[in-house]
Amino acid sequence: MKQTVFVGGLAALLFAASLARAADPLDAITAAAQADKSFSGFSAARGETLFRTKGKDWSCSTCHTADPRNPGRHTVTGKAIQPMAPVSNPKRLTDPAKVEKWFKRNCGDVFDRECTAREKGDVITWLRSLAR
Amino acid sequence: MNTSKAHAGLRSISTALLYLAVISTSSVVWADGATKPAPTNPVWQEECGSCHIAYPPRFLPAESWQQLMGSLEDHFGTDASIDAGTAATIETFLTRNAKRSKTDTMATDAPLRITEGRWFRREHDEIAAAKWKSAAIGSAANCGACHREADKGSFRERDIKVP
Repeated sequence: MKQTVFVGGLAALLFAASLARAADPLDAITAAAQADKSFSGFSAARGETLFRTKGKDWSCSTCHTADPRNPGRHTVTGKAIQPMAPVSNPKRLTDPAKVEKWFKRNCGDVFDRECTAREKGDVITWLRSLAR
Repeated sequence: MNTSKAHAGLRSISTALLYLAVISTSSVVWADGATKPAPTNPVWQEECGSCHIAYPPRFLPAESWQQLMGSLEDHFGTDASIDAGTAATIETFLTRNAKRSKTDTMATDAPLRITEGRWFRREHDEIAAAKWKSAAIGSAANCGACHREADKGSFRERDIKVP
């Protein structure tokens, strides 16, 4: 009996985990953006502008290039960076934890602050809109 | 179960699985010709290998790794912060496999930058300052520019090709 409960519990946990894994990173970002009553949807155009806006020393495009369908290069270490646009690199923007980790780091490095939910959604929307 | 809890659950499961999966596959040839397995860890490889290659733990003593892991929010001028659980996993791996030296103690050679250590400078003393700045290398952080197998943890002489 105990074993059945354990196996059942484990299966439920794995099922829940697989659902969480399939979550679109944009879902939580959209929910956060909607907390602002004036929110009326994400804008690819605003995302593109933000991507190319220079903060302290860098812009997103400093490392990811102005056309994120192309591979980039880390401006400090020189290491190659795979393209950011899903059209060139389908693994991009699929893992919510990764998306949050990198926005936190990179908005800090570029703009010296965290990006808002709307800004993150704008950039994701623009990156996803890029086609070949 | 809400999404964030499920996600945290998944992550602890995958961390546990990754622990179980730690099996070394590459090997290191040391200067004296001896071969021994290069310690590896998938969490370290993933997290430390994004902006630069995952620098081998043997490149710095444990004291250096502890200081680095304690200051990831300002990691040589960039934010490399990670969650506490991941950081603890990586720090354990780094310190367990860190450089051990009787002559280079904390007081004499525990730099935060690998390139500032005496060992590194001795090994690279034939490389001119201008060479480091050349377009093909760019930075001493870019090990793979010359050490063609660096991303696999190998720095042996036969794989070196200075561009």
